[in-house]
Amino acid sequence: MSSLIVDRVSVRYPGAQGTALSDVSLTVPPESLVVALGPSGCGKTTLLNLIAGFIKPTSGTITLDAEPVTGPGAERGVVFQDDALLPWLNVGDNVAFGLRLRGVRQREREARAREVLQLVDLADHAGHKVWQLSGGMRQRVGLARALAANPQVLLMDEPFGALDAFIREQMQALLLRIWRETGKRVFLITHDIEEAVFLATDLVLMSPGPGRIVERLQLDFGRRHAAGEPVRSIKAEPDFIAVREHVLARVFAHRTNRAEGAIA
Amino acid sequence: MNSAELTLGKHVFITAEAAQPTPPEAGPRSALRISLLTLAGVLLLWWGVCASGLIAPLFLPPPQAIVAKLWLTATRGYMDATLWQHLGASAFRIVTALVAAVLFAVPVGIAIGLSRTARGVLDPLIEFYRPIPPLAYLPLIVIWFGIGELSKVLLIYLAIFAPIAIATATGVRNVDPTRLRAAQSLGASRWQLIRHVIVPSAQPDILTGVRIGLGTGWSTLVAAELVAATRGLGFMVQSAAQFLVTDVVVLGIIVIAVIAFTLELGLRALQRRLVPWQGQSR
Repeated sequence: MSSLIVDRVSVRYPGAQGTALSDVSLTVPPESLVVALGPSGCGKTTLLNLIAGFIKPTSGTITLDAEPVTGPGAERGVVFQDDALLPWLNVGDNVAFGLRLRGVRQREREARAREVLQLVDLADHAGHKVWQLSGGMRQRVGLARALAANPQVLLMDEPFGALDAFIREQMQALLLRIWRETGKRVFLITHDIEEAVFLATDLVLMSPGPGRIVERLQLDFGRRHAAGEPVRSIKAEPDFIAVREHVLARVFAHRTNRAEGAIA
Repeated sequence: MNSAELTLGKHVFITAEAAQPTPPEAGPRSALRISLLTLAGVLLLWWGVCASGLIAPLFLPPPQAIVAKLWLTATRGYMDATLWQHLGASAFRIVTALVAAVLFAVPVGIAIGLSRTARGVLDPLIEFYRPIPPLAYLPLIVIWFGIGELSKVLLIYLAIFAPIAIATATGVRNVDPTRLRAAQSLGASRWQLIRHVIVPSAQPDILTGVRIGLGTGWSTLVAAELVAATRGLGFMVQSAAQFLVTDVVVLGIIVIAVIAFTLELGLRALQRRLVPWQGQSR
């Protein structure tokens, strides 16, 4: 089966106390939007860096469509919290950067950049300087850059964490629309509970000390929004609020347990 | 101020019009005006001290004498060469040294920033000679390379080399790691990372290194022209000092300062043009 599979992966950083990630298994099947949620120190960033190939697991394996992951690669596109755009290139050239590295001809690159910029509602911004854009726009350029390389899976590292609440909600809606239109699998990490519950088809709750998965939920709020239901009516409905409060309680439960453990 | 009240259960929402924006503070133009006033004040003080006869012209010639000397050296010259020929000789040495330094120091800086081996080999060498005043190793250079143009250019070159190499290495080491990861996850090879991410990222630091290097290079000029020079601004000041021609000394100093300041302004403008994103949001 073609999936992104994380199989019993553990990570111990040399010199560091404890285990960053302990025996984590995870599957990102086609058409899914998997969200890992947890407080800082729960290992969600480590997990994303593993899948992206930036770090190697101490034990366990990661495979994408039966191919083992051994390092960073263009089939796994990454969107960063800090957009990591290249300020000396304009918006269009940033989006086409991956294609340029592959030696794609300029006309083809420009056509592809136009296509993806259209997708993120920045069609008429190709010639703009990236350092003159707002935070939300830069984030959309980062998303377009990852999409332009046509990856098998999109990895998103707290992509909306630095944005204000209004822009963040717009970006969530945009992500769901792109997810539906392109059919790309997405693996996203966040510490924003509402964001996680709203976006995820598969929600993975993580907990620190050692970093591990403590609960998995299957949700459909994101799918429903992608199918046309308005954001506010979904986020205001009792079902959504109930799930949100459950997740909140779970995340806090581990916090209090740890605090009590520390006292005892 | 207009406001509206809206009650919802126990909660009261009061909406109010936004406050008027305050006018912006006086900007850099007023700083420039203060600088110009300071300059005018110094000139006036200079003129006043000379006019009152407190200091003999041998020690401090009045401003108008310097202006007259400027005209004289520009048209008829001093020590067999006009002011322009002196200036041209100095500019040639500086520019040659600068071009050579950029060509060698930037790759060396990149190597130091990227490779531990290169850092281990080159860093101590640069840090060893960098704090030595150029006048101290000038005799050695003369013994090795003679008294021709090569020694003069080499001395200036060495002064420019270190700041550019160090700044480049710093720029390379400080490349945003997320930027590197972003490029790697788009499939960049090691060479592509250097070419497309690391070097352009270090560009602001390289330009700062050039600015600092040019400053130290220019101040080494006089030392360089101590050696058997027949032309050059440094030579002009030196020989004028030997004959107590104070107005030429002062004129030479002012010309050197004005050119250094102009170069600095030019490089700042270049920096704004080449790396306009520096100092912007990120």
